[in-house]
Amino acid sequence: MATRWFGASIPRNEDPRLLRGKGTYVDDIDLPEQLHAAVLRSTHARARILNIDVSAARELPGVHLVLTASDLGLVLEPSPLLVPHDALTQPRTQLPLALNEVHYVGEAIAFVVADDRYIAEDALDLIDVEFEPLPVIHNMEVAVAEDAPLVHQDVPGNVAAHLIQTVGDPDAVFINAPHVIRETLLMDRGAAMPMECRGVLARWDAYEEMLTCWISTQGPIPIRNGLAAIFHLPEHKVRVIAPDVGGGFGPKIMMFYPEEVLTPFAAIHLGRPVKWIEDRREHFISANQERSQLHEVEYAFDDQGILLAVRDNFIHDTGAYTPYGIIVPIITACTLPGPYRLKNYFSEFKVIYTNKVPVSPYRGAGRPHAVFVMERIMDRIASELHLDRTEVRSRNFIHPDEFPWDVGLIYQDGGPTRYDSGNYQAGLDKLKMILDYDNFPIQQAEALKEGRYLGLGIAYYVEGTGIGPYEGAQVRVESDGRVFASTGVTSQGQAHCTTFAQIVADQLGVHPQDVMVTTGDTQAFYWGVGTYASRAATIAGSAMHLAAVKVREKAIKVAADLFEAAPEDIELADGKVFVKDAPHRSLTLGQVAISANPLRYAYGENARKLMSMKLAASRQGPALPPERGAPGLEASEFYSPPHGSFASGVHGAIIEVDPKIGMVTFVKYVAVHDCGRIINPMIVEGQVHGGVAQGIGGAFFERLVYNEEGQLTNASFMDYLIPTATEIPTIVVDHLETPSPLNPLGVKGAGEAGVIPVPALFASAIDNALSTFGIRIQEMPLHPCRLYELIEESLEQKGQ
Amino acid sequence: MQDQEEITPLFTEECDIAMTVNGHRYKQKVSVRMLLSDFLRHELHHTGTHVGCEHGVCGCCTVLLNGEAVRSCLMFAVQANGMVVTTIEGMAGTNSDLHPIQQAFQEKHGLQCGFCTPGIIMTVHAMLHENPNPSDEEIRQELSGNICRCTGYQNIVEAVKLAAERLREQQMEVL
Repeated sequence: MATRWFGASIPRNEDPRLLRGKGTYVDDIDLPEQLHAAVLRSTHARARILNIDVSAARELPGVHLVLTASDLGLVLEPSPLLVPHDALTQPRTQLPLALNEVHYVGEAIAFVVADDRYIAEDALDLIDVEFEPLPVIHNMEVAVAEDAPLVHQDVPGNVAAHLIQTVGDPDAVFINAPHVIRETLLMDRGAAMPMECRGVLARWDAYEEMLTCWISTQGPIPIRNGLAAIFHLPEHKVRVIAPDVGGGFGPKIMMFYPEEVLTPFAAIHLGRPVKWIEDRREHFISANQERSQLHEVEYAFDDQGILLAVRDNFIHDTGAYTPYGIIVPIITACTLPGPYRLKNYFSEFKVIYTNKVPVSPYRGAGRPHAVFVMERIMDRIASELHLDRTEVRSRNFIHPDEFPWDVGLIYQDGGPTRYDSGNYQAGLDKLKMILDYDNFPIQQAEALKEGRYLGLGIAYYVEGTGIGPYEGAQVRVESDGRVFASTGVTSQGQAHCTTFAQIVADQLGVHPQDVMVTTGDTQAFYWGVGTYASRAATIAGSAMHLAAVKVREKAIKVAADLFEAAPEDIELADGKVFVKDAPHRSLTLGQVAISANPLRYAYGENARKLMSMKLAASRQGPALPPERGAPGLEASEFYSPPHGSFASGVHGAIIEVDPKIGMVTFVKYVAVHDCGRIINPMIVEGQVHGGVAQGIGGAFFERLVYNEEGQLTNASFMDYLIPTATEIPTIVVDHLETPSPLNPLGVKGAGEAGVIPVPALFASAIDNALSTFGIRIQEMPLHPCRLYELIEESLEQKGQ
Repeated sequence: MQDQEEITPLFTEECDIAMTVNGHRYKQKVSVRMLLSDFLRHELHHTGTHVGCEHGVCGCCTVLLNGEAVRSCLMFAVQANGMVVTTIEGMAGTNSDLHPIQQAFQEKHGLQCGFCTPGIIMTVHAMLHENPNPSDEEIRQELSGNICRCTGYQNIVEAVKLAAERLREQQMEVL
């Protein structure tokens, strides 16, 4: 049997290029005659625009175009609502440029195009905007207060959406429950902060009447479709390319950011390429953010620690607009039950407008919040009943023989929240072993004698991944034997050019380095949706597999005809197609590809060799017989899952808290992860590492701080603290592989996993470390000052 | 040393500068306010040096200036007049093997999206020149001026250790 690539930690195909500095990110592309754009952004969180004077900016030498809302004509339309939902009764999306009112600091007001970015920014300074400031809603608690000012004048109560879902009969359970606890849990705003900010380069080709846009995005195909509609162009006359993308993490699945419309608009208008590159400050105030939710949760449990019912009522801050519908809070509601047999569950949420940057999914997308709530519940049950925290979890787990498990809720894709497979106890057992869980109390007690506060935290999660609607892939063997493979999903560092190559290589008997994967170019693959919701490997990977299987079948058929052998005797390995046990009856895959394409003219070494072999007998009938189908070795296939597949994992960590300064350091971090069958363990582990690091940032360092005027007060890397190498511990990763029965590869998503349980874990560990202080963490993210405050408060309460 | 060019006074709009980048001499007229990062990227088309924050925190734009790791977004091109600059493109020749540091990053999966990678490799290059046998803690300390949002740093640390080991074995001069 030939080498099997699926499951192997092979080095990445992407790396040599990226390591040499030969990657191509949007700002690396410079076109002849190119101009540069800059955006004037609102300095007010809410204000009426009384007047905009752009005359001085237009007169500045080197300025080619200054656009305000009134210059946009028919393009002045609100961005499409991406995921409508019946519960979203008051959707609002943003105009490319603000017309009469601004709703957050950073909202685009004018767009300047000049010879270079320096001049374009000079021109921004010359634009005079007269604002009439209006009352500002700077957080969601203020927004829901009675008689609160309105973010949008026509949205009563600032409520965009209201959704209630019920499973079982929670009210009845609460009446007779032995134990009921109610508490308030907060998660505040954070941001994805990919290292590459957003960027758009647009070129209008008047000869071909074709618009080409390079965009740092996770979804070029929907953008292509949208731009075609906006500019009244046929879809095939719009090409959108996501070249190398320097991190996405969610905010880049959004469409349309204003610049994605304004840059092509200006390019078409001026007949010259226009480039807009977001700087970091702009990214802080105009790229979508996430996380903030306030949960009022009530839970009932029995004396054995069995969770009987949950009532969760939360508000979700969507910022000034709802571009991505209510996906994030829906995911929160559906993720909350986690790995537990929760049969009675009431979930209610309201989506609230505030005068802040709009919200759309950020890695984890509503899940960290839900896991924070549920895992806080599990820890609390344990402490109330004086049970071990892992024991409480074990008692509540769904058992391996209970799958598929129906949670009873409608998931973000409109399908059921139905867990396809899982083995939660096995994951916990693994974690406890690696963490040396049973010996920790001794370690902790000894440390405490020395005045050191060690704490152990754990958090379990179940994560919906691999949702539809579908993705596709095309696989084609070229005449030199290399394989071209393309799909509509994009890559922002997940190594699709390697993992998809591994999938294809297994079918076609080639080395993954000989599979050239193209992602994110609408010209290379027409159909698809994008990279989000940990779905690329599951959905596009399955399509890639199906297409490669088809190509393999065809290669076998063609070779069987050429060798006059039985198809079942044909094998593919090492770039060759041959008759089993007769290695001299062998062709290269490239030669078979040439044979599959009955050309009059064939070129190259492979073709010459093929001719000299004189394999083709004179034939009856057409050169391309109907049973062969299309010429060449090529196939396109699509994969659409019945519903999402549900990955899971459990993280555990030992931390040390210094109560004198509120600082936390990690002693040990373990992540046990189950994403079904693993295509490339090295890459999956890398995803987990990165997710955990982002999770640690979101638990202890990163919090977007808005003041009462709605100004983001920490809009730079000096003040918004992204963890560096000194804050992130070494992470031990171990895997379980519980295959998904839903797709041909048995895989589940892995991209978001690492980040999801971290806030819950962090809270669990701090509670444990500071149990002598009686602290219970009910908010995230923390930071050293806030933790110090909490410690001080607890000491005051104890009268010390 | 290369010829020192006369620095044109900074108060004029443009001035002539000369600089050696990856072994090539460049003489060019530049706007006095042009950042070194923009000069390297958009005038010389060495786009491997990336710009992640433009306020000197993220380290994506790190290059070697006379052998020292500096932030090219915090300098004007004119300030690098007469100096020797090495960027990621200068680490390995076009058709030659990867530099041992680059090689180690591939083997240890020390990069994902690749955007911060050139800056990190330049930082590591300077680090290993100063300290050929750094401890884990020293590596993390030296890397703390470079933000990576993808990898969680662990595999970067592993890559630096591997590169250091190989460079020591080869007794290869880092610069």
